[in-house]
Amino acid sequence: MSEITPGIPELEAKARQLRRETVKAIARAKAGHLGGPLSAADILTALYFRVLDIRPDQPDWPDRDRFILSKGHSCIALYVVLALRGYFPLAEVATFDQIDSRLQGHPDMTALPGLDMSSGSLGLGFSAGVGVALGAKLARRTFKTFVMVGDGECNEGIIWEGAHVAHRYGLDNLIVIVDQNRLQQFGWRLDGAGQRRPPYDGDELRDRWASFGWAVSEVDGHDIAAVVAALEQARAVAGRPAALIAHTVKGKGVSFMEDDFRWHARVPTDEELAAALAELGDPAQVVEA
Amino acid sequence: MALPAGKALRVVFGETVTELADRDPRIVVLDGDGGPSTGAAMFEAAHPDRFLQMGIAEQNMLGVAAGLATVGFVPVVSGFACFVVGRAFDSIRVLIAQPRLNVKIAAGYTGLLTGRTGKTHQMFDDIAIMRSLPDVSVLAPADEVEAAQAIRAMIAADGPFYLQLTREASPVLFPAGYRFELGRAVRLRDGCDVTLVSTGVQSVRVHEAAEILARRGVAATVLHVPTIKPIDTDSIVAAAQESGLVVTVEEQSVLGGLGGAVAEVLSGHYPVPVKRLGIQDTYGESGANDALLDKYRLSARVVAEDVETWLRQRPAGQLLTHPEGAGKR
Repeated sequence: MSEITPGIPELEAKARQLRRETVKAIARAKAGHLGGPLSAADILTALYFRVLDIRPDQPDWPDRDRFILSKGHSCIALYVVLALRGYFPLAEVATFDQIDSRLQGHPDMTALPGLDMSSGSLGLGFSAGVGVALGAKLARRTFKTFVMVGDGECNEGIIWEGAHVAHRYGLDNLIVIVDQNRLQQFGWRLDGAGQRRPPYDGDELRDRWASFGWAVSEVDGHDIAAVVAALEQARAVAGRPAALIAHTVKGKGVSFMEDDFRWHARVPTDEELAAALAELGDPAQVVEA
Repeated sequence: MALPAGKALRVVFGETVTELADRDPRIVVLDGDGGPSTGAAMFEAAHPDRFLQMGIAEQNMLGVAAGLATVGFVPVVSGFACFVVGRAFDSIRVLIAQPRLNVKIAAGYTGLLTGRTGKTHQMFDDIAIMRSLPDVSVLAPADEVEAAQAIRAMIAADGPFYLQLTREASPVLFPAGYRFELGRAVRLRDGCDVTLVSTGVQSVRVHEAAEILARRGVAATVLHVPTIKPIDTDSIVAAAQESGLVVTVEEQSVLGGLGGAVAEVLSGHYPVPVKRLGIQDTYGESGANDALLDKYRLSARVVAEDVETWLRQRPAGQLLTHPEGAGKR
């Protein structure tokens, strides 16, 4: 925790900055993902600036809370939040996806301190998170393990293998955050519309986590105050693991990217970048870009 | 001379890991519901708190192992080769091999002799698959003496390991004073006519095949390779130099396993003819062990036959590719 706990307006400003840097990085790299990082931006901000007990100057501190981005393709947002939190200079974000960079196209824990697990093949980061939490229990250590998964990612069978085991071992030190933005890269066709059918209809996904015995709660994933409160509550759950279903919008913050599966991994043009930055506030950043 | 009877390597695994865990609190064993078959049940009896049942879900079992390694445990994953490798390969590759995490994968039921299970449970390509992963060490001990030491060495070393174990009891090849060394191949026998290279419990049958060959006047060097990765290039090259003719024999597919590894070494360092014996490009089947070993050409008698046939049928001109070997032959 930083010495001065940032208030909600500061967190909202950080989240806007995170989104700006994310869009710029993808435009600069001409590769990567946008929809998922933007849906996760407010949650990542809440985690890294308020919820996680971490020491950016000591990324391998043994008692730190762990965070695993199981939806590893959204890593640009994680890199930016780590930089904003002081793990490394923000300027390094410019190396994203480039040769020899520590900021790989999917998180590589052997390359960048501060990453608690490599991920990229969907579902695996969650499974490893179950192992981290189980290890903490066995070693009688008190840190918590937070894992972010996507709702599309929950298609993977390993998620439910891990959910079963985590409940069986009563891992109340494990919190999964489902970034439920209701879109995946392609998904199922929806007749008569330019949209896609969500990976899970209605409350299907929430009910599924609940049916595995997890303590399930829900939150508007773009209301930072609510996200902070929900994460603190999830952290306090006793006796079983907690799942926080965060209702989010893919591409959140840039009107023409929102709720459109085609922005899953599209690179913005120069005009689109300028328009996006204009929407994301801070005129100085727009000029600089 | 007949070799003394020995234990199945799955039993050695259960005993050795249980004993090591008495002194090493970092060791945990993950089981994918194979406990009574793999030897992991012994560990549960002795260390119930560190026996982690993961259910019938191998992908997650390997993922959980990776997580445990990041908090300082030495997770030993126990299961059948066909499931831990075949089912969970993605978890191994992305969560264990790429991050170089300290996870030990102990695969029981390797090769042909898996208890009349048929082809689903007979994995012939786990060596080929696992040795293709950078930073993963691959071990296949030959008997109970070597297996116990290989397990100790694997636990003592840092980084990901894949260990082949077996279901069936097999003879003791090595004396009590034998010393296993990671990365070192072992010369079992010297002979100038042909070099036989083998691994795992198949080395016992190859040792016996060499005795049969000796009685027929063929002198074979036998090189046992318990560490398939990193492979002992120097020993393989040195053994190849003596005869100029190499035959690899393994209870694995001839595609990509030990034979592949040896051919890679020799093509780069000392090109000589290499004949690869083992499971041909095919699947297995149910059957009695002796019948399987004969049919899939791995019994000592059949290996001896196949080596002799190859030596006899080789075109004489091929020897010219290797003057030193040709001279000795």
